[in-house]
Amino acid sequence: MSEPLISARGLTKRYGDFTAVDAIDFDVAKGESFGLLGPNGAGKSTTMRIIAATSQRTSGTITILGRDPEEHGPQIRAHLGVVPQQDNLDTELTVTENLFIYGRYFGLSKKFIRTKIEELLEFAQLEEKRDVKVDALSGGMKRRLTIARALVSEPDILMLDEPTTGLDPQARHILWDRLFRLKELGVTLVITTHFMDEAEQLCDRLVVMDKGKIMAEGSPLELIKAYSTKEVLEVRFGSDRNKEIAPTLRAMCSRIEELPDRILMYVEDGEALLEEILNKKLHPTTSLVRRSSLEDVFLRLTGRTLIE
Amino acid sequence: MNSGISVTKIRSFGAIYVAEARISAMLKWKSVIAIVAIGNPLFYLIAIGIGVGVLVNENSGTSGTGGVEYITFIAPALLASAAITAALDEAMFPVMEGFKWRKLFYAMNSTPITGPQIALGVFIAALARVAFTVICYWAVLIAFGVMSVEQSWDVIPVTIFAAGAFAAIIIGITAKVKNDDYFMTVLNRLIIMPMFLFSGTFFPLDSMPIYLQPIGWISPLWHSTELGRYFSYGYPLSATMLTVHFAFLLALLIGGFALANKTFTIRLTK
Amino acid sequence: MSNAVAIADARANRTGHQIYAGRSRAIIERSLIALRSSTWVPIATGFVEPVLYLLAFGYGMGELIGNVTLGDKTIDYTVFIAPGLLATSAMNGAIYDSTWNVFFKLNESKLYQGMLATPLGPLDVALGEIIWALFRGLSYAIAFLAIAAPLGLVPSFSAVLAIPAAVFIAFGFASFGMAITSYFKTYQQMGMINIVVLPLFLFSGSLYPISVYPDWLEFLIQLMPSWHGIELVRNVWFGDLDSGTLLHISYFVVMIICGLYLTTRRLRDLFMR
Repeated sequence: MSEPLISARGLTKRYGDFTAVDAIDFDVAKGESFGLLGPNGAGKSTTMRIIAATSQRTSGTITILGRDPEEHGPQIRAHLGVVPQQDNLDTELTVTENLFIYGRYFGLSKKFIRTKIEELLEFAQLEEKRDVKVDALSGGMKRRLTIARALVSEPDILMLDEPTTGLDPQARHILWDRLFRLKELGVTLVITTHFMDEAEQLCDRLVVMDKGKIMAEGSPLELIKAYSTKEVLEVRFGSDRNKEIAPTLRAMCSRIEELPDRILMYVEDGEALLEEILNKKLHPTTSLVRRSSLEDVFLRLTGRTLIE
Repeated sequence: MNSGISVTKIRSFGAIYVAEARISAMLKWKSVIAIVAIGNPLFYLIAIGIGVGVLVNENSGTSGTGGVEYITFIAPALLASAAITAALDEAMFPVMEGFKWRKLFYAMNSTPITGPQIALGVFIAALARVAFTVICYWAVLIAFGVMSVEQSWDVIPVTIFAAGAFAAIIIGITAKVKNDDYFMTVLNRLIIMPMFLFSGTFFPLDSMPIYLQPIGWISPLWHSTELGRYFSYGYPLSATMLTVHFAFLLALLIGGFALANKTFTIRLTK
Repeated sequence: MSNAVAIADARANRTGHQIYAGRSRAIIERSLIALRSSTWVPIATGFVEPVLYLLAFGYGMGELIGNVTLGDKTIDYTVFIAPGLLATSAMNGAIYDSTWNVFFKLNESKLYQGMLATPLGPLDVALGEIIWALFRGLSYAIAFLAIAAPLGLVPSFSAVLAIPAAVFIAFGFASFGMAITSYFKTYQQMGMINIVVLPLFLFSGSLYPISVYPDWLEFLIQLMPSWHGIELVRNVWFGDLDSGTLLHISYFVVMIICGLYLTTRRLRDLFMR
């Protein structure tokens, strides 16, 4: 691996007594799509803000493109495109005006920005909305505009904080497609998310965070292999009977998780296990065999589900 | 299934429930409301009543104000204008919030509460705020010795009535506003501000050039001020003018409600 | 390497490069674009306010009051209040711009957060926003003078200086107002601003000489920025420049410096800590 773009060692951020980020280490390589996965309050956004040179660490070290954000904040920010968790578009301006003025904040020439705007409008599929005020855009369009805006300065690293939270499935897929294209163009992506499917879709490598700490690190596949089984059998017996049947099920496989509404059974062959359960005359009201996901990894690592 | 919901009860008391919700929202502002209610009269009386009063007295004595001290002359006007400002606050913001900013009215309307009941509820809550403001203001005026209790208690209901009429028309107008970009600025600068300045608040309306006087004639503040002067210190008003003032305000109240009921219903069912 | 990086790198060794990128003009450019698409109505209607006051108090109160004694001269009441109203509108405009507008951009639209995610620094944002407010103040002052002069309310040629004076006092109020607003979190706290600002204007001597009050109240009033602002404009309006004028100017110099310092620090604490 060549010199990493971002490198953190013992990175810590405290707000008074509360430790938001607790001595974490990670590296992000050029061209990589790196994810921070965890529930709300895990410390993802704080980590993002430290990388973006808009929050100062309490201790530890971090370099972005070889520079310390405390010394070179403005220079580092010139390399970054930031997509915050909540869109902060300029509501008094139109779509193109938003892109234009953001480029001006970077000091770019008007001529350069004008050419760039055409490219970005196409990328964000907003050509027809170019002269519309941003208030009139749908959630998905606003999100795409925020991403396009972050690209106006041709950043080396694009930082996306919960890029698809609050969007409908169709809008999410459009957005993922756009992010894929950026990846293909060699843009380094740093993404936080609490959606498993998003992390699996977009990230080459990710860290699982909980309570300010990194719990595990690897590619989605590696993590699933290391912390889960190939398949998962989900069974429901109704909320009253789940508890009573759980001990019987526990004896039938290496690991089970009891959730309030269902029981998860971790096995290599889900169908076979379901067969076995049915043979025992235990009739679940519903059953589902699926492949393991990052959700299961998270459950294993923390004993909690990701979305509560 | 009996969940304790009585549709008939909601049908008859809907407006009260809306008013309750509005008043509890208002209570988040209780310290601001209280400080404004006391601070406003205090500041205006000391600054305009006394400060400008000295100048008026030195120059023209009481001849310009119909034989009373300047402070006595402006006190009912300041009271009326504070009441109308409070009415504006509690009529305009909740309606903007209800239809546009937080769409609360649509949530209320998904229960058996009707559009006109929501409008009435907002009105009742506005009236409560107005009443509080008027009573505080009046108490300060009494404390300053500007008015006497026996002679001026009837200023209270009259001023509340006038501000209520104003609230009704503002509720009706605001409900029609779809694009709020400029509405409040334009309303404040081009309607409220001129109304405040040209309604005979600080000087008799007829000391203005005749072409500026019509601003006063159509201003609820002027009608309220004239009535306030009549009831607080016996400012001379003919029976005709007395009727005109009351009739104007009553028409505003009725017109405001008619507009509000219609607009609320249309906007909520569209 | 992208242009943005080259531009930022060029400033890397300057003092204060962390808080100032030398691009407050980008913020002003933003206000100009916003003026074209959405903010022109509130800005245009802002001209009306001082003129209405002038008409109402000039015509109406003038009837009741007649003349006012100021120092050793006796002047018409309308002439007396004209500079006060000019100063008041400059201060009021600056306060509105730096409180409600700034509050919205800080907490609702999160506009400053977006600006500060770029190489811009907090001082760029503070200066840009304040300078824009001053442009507004400048155009209001010019318009007011253009109306007051033909009405015969301008007694001395030095009244032209009222234009820079109005901008200057607006600078003080805007920078200080922005600093204070950055501490406010709720609309309720913002609601308090109006009632705090009210005595600032009612007791500032814009509508009557403060000599009508007892000494102690007069002394308190002389501590308020609004009094200094009005006196400064009145000094140049009537051509009465003396040591008092210098005092008023110093008052605002201190206010501007403190305001800018506090605003920059707060923006840094809010968005970059």
